[in-house]
Amino acid sequence: MRRVTLCVMALMASSVSAASARGQVTFERILNASEEPQNWLTYSGDYGGRRFSALDQINKDNVKNLAPRWVYQTGALGKFETTPLVVDGVLYGTAQDNRAFALDARTGRPIWQYQYIYPSDVRMCCGRVNRGFAILGDKVFLGTLDAHVIALDAKTGSVVWDVTAVDYRKGYSFTLAPLAVKNMIVVGISGGEYGIRGFIDAYDADTGERKWRFYTTPGPGEPGHETWAGDSWKIGGSAAWITGVYDKETNQLLWTTGNPAPSNRRVQREGDNLYSNCLLALDADTGKLNWHFQYTKHDEHDWDSTQIPVMMDLDGRKLIGHANRNGYFYLIDRTNGKLVLSKPFANTTWSDTKDAEGRPIARTDSSPTLEGTKVCPGAAGSTNWMSPTFDPQTRLFYVTAREQCDIFSTAPEVNEEGHAYYGSAYFPASDAEPYWGALRAIDPLTGEPKWEFNHVSPSWSGVLSTAGGLVFSGDSEGNFIALDAATGKVQWHFQMGGAVYAAPMAYAVDGREYVAIAAGSALFVFMLP
Amino acid sequence: MMRAKTSLLKSLGRTRRGLPSWSPESRVTRPGGVLLRGASILSLLLFSCFGSPAQDRNPVANDPKAAAAGESQFRANCAFCHGLGARGGGRGPDLTRPQKRHGKTDGDLFRTINDGIPGTAMPQNGTTSQGVGMTAEEIWQVVAYIRSVEKKSQSAPGGNAAHGDKIFHGAAGCSTCHMINGKGGRLGPELTNVATARSAESLVESIRYPSRRLATGLIENTKEFPQEYETVTVVTGDGQTFKGVALNEDNFSVQMMDTQQQIHLFEKDKLKSFAKTRESMMPAYDEKTLSEQDLRDLLSYLFEVSAK
Repeated sequence: MRRVTLCVMALMASSVSAASARGQVTFERILNASEEPQNWLTYSGDYGGRRFSALDQINKDNVKNLAPRWVYQTGALGKFETTPLVVDGVLYGTAQDNRAFALDARTGRPIWQYQYIYPSDVRMCCGRVNRGFAILGDKVFLGTLDAHVIALDAKTGSVVWDVTAVDYRKGYSFTLAPLAVKNMIVVGISGGEYGIRGFIDAYDADTGERKWRFYTTPGPGEPGHETWAGDSWKIGGSAAWITGVYDKETNQLLWTTGNPAPSNRRVQREGDNLYSNCLLALDADTGKLNWHFQYTKHDEHDWDSTQIPVMMDLDGRKLIGHANRNGYFYLIDRTNGKLVLSKPFANTTWSDTKDAEGRPIARTDSSPTLEGTKVCPGAAGSTNWMSPTFDPQTRLFYVTAREQCDIFSTAPEVNEEGHAYYGSAYFPASDAEPYWGALRAIDPLTGEPKWEFNHVSPSWSGVLSTAGGLVFSGDSEGNFIALDAATGKVQWHFQMGGAVYAAPMAYAVDGREYVAIAAGSALFVFMLP
Repeated sequence: MMRAKTSLLKSLGRTRRGLPSWSPESRVTRPGGVLLRGASILSLLLFSCFGSPAQDRNPVANDPKAAAAGESQFRANCAFCHGLGARGGGRGPDLTRPQKRHGKTDGDLFRTINDGIPGTAMPQNGTTSQGVGMTAEEIWQVVAYIRSVEKKSQSAPGGNAAHGDKIFHGAAGCSTCHMINGKGGRLGPELTNVATARSAESLVESIRYPSRRLATGLIENTKEFPQEYETVTVVTGDGQTFKGVALNEDNFSVQMMDTQQQIHLFEKDKLKSFAKTRESMMPAYDEKTLSEQDLRDLLSYLFEVSAK
């Protein structure tokens, strides 16, 4: 039985590492993260962005007995978006307000806690949030609300280095969990609402020295520059605020980008606006662009493509699965960036034709107007930044979807450095039309839905799949839910008393499996009795 | 740019016993942009609840350029709930009316925008996914914009409030389901202050076409949208049927009030059936059941009550 074997392996690995000295987290360990499923070494659990745990102690047969083991309160307000990391019994997390913590993963008791003091006038579009650490060597790495990258000593929380990526007063910030690759810490900038110029940076993990920067809007003389009218590329947004993935076979970072700025106004930025709303393949050593795939050309609906691109090897093909905010599921060949499939996974009205490559093309009447145009999905999208998962056992892709249409209208807006640069406003399409959401299972090879589980209101929770035949997700009503990965039937649920704006993860210590998720202002950790 | 370790950064360090405490240092933007440090979180909260001695005067008061900039901010940050032109939406009050429930001065408005109103859907500046966080300067511009669209006097409906009182508590039967000043029923929203929170137009819409926009009910922390007064019908395991409004609901349970105004708490998996509609339980009052004059009188009563 495959499941039993995996379980035994995991337990053995767990006891071995607990007995050995707390080892350093090397690049090789992260590359082989699936060999130590008791640990969670990077934001999505592995370099492929799959958010799949090979642990199976908690499974379909016993999950009904799952119970809270401990709760950690951050004491901060606002959305708590972290995915914690776990290394050899220690749990590392970041919280709202640029707080951070290291806890005993068995008990929740703090080993150290950290508060980054940032200026009061940071420009945050959507709350003082942070999604987590990267870990490499003996350091953990954090991006801050005022656009610094910081290395902390993993044992003490002391600052080892602190670099300023860019001047936050122009609207820049970091909210994503960095990605540790080789000896580099890779981060993408936030601030697409502020007329910034997006970029992805890599820093030397030992010194903080910047190794390379890739600007997501090309300057004069660079390919793609011609896709921006006039000087609009200088303030073209195209932030990169979600952690990318790393493909070791091609030594490429696969990283997604956000909407062009201003979000809903054509006149200020005629053109395709590369590399907004793209999947970028960057050489990990140099940051040089190898290829790109643009999901939405000249986006006018704030549909950032900042969803985790998920690496999947299916039927001998090396693929990327990506459920986009614009409502389409895309399957892309990750060796060359060619589109394999695009298919809606939610209600969409903005496209009824595809181009030669198979990419949906926007209807001209979907453009925002002064009076307003009704378009589905709405500005929050058919999904957003919440992590999907790919389960190699069911070979299904799971994503949190949202059903809402909005009225998109334009508003003339002058860009002023450090001030909001929207050029738009949007409203719910009709107050009588309810918004709702669902957790959807999709066959990635066909884009066909397999099952869905409806939420009463749209959820902002990511999804975890496990070798126990389960998917875990949360909802805005405060529930943490385990479902049968094959059928979508609810197996267990627990009311946490706060909405979920984070994705679950799993780990093991001393041979016992735990599942963790942030809700409200607390981190909840569950295990079997 | 590289930066050495600086004193700005402060690890809270380890403590051997007990929970390490967060740094007492905190920063909060006050209306004047003053930075408060070294104060406890509690005293900061008290500050925001009871007002601060900081600047209450709008530095851009009566400046048409600032008001124009404020309109742009308003569209991006506020109009989702308060409507275009600040005339009120389904979720937020009409701000063109001179009377403001949460304080009238420019400083009050600044604090309302920056701090939010706890227990309501009005969020703290920059904490939602609607719109962006505004700087102090931008908040003052929004205040200037709100002043520029404010009407000079309360646009009272011009009816007979005393007669409206009689209609509410008598002929129209409003008080069967709605409470004002502690008197009346519980099935529908409490209405003592409704006229400060809603425009006359939206009140008329709610009376004539109650299903067009359902009323906002329970607000839960950090949940995106509040619960609404949806109509639910349940059949219990032993075959009893209950119809009423949902007070709250999630995937696994429902808390409802039936038409007899009794509260019922159900786990959904123990029910035979559960149905929910976006039809309001409230009957529609057309011109036959409530004449235009009676409607004006009723509105006058609601305005009079909420002005007290």
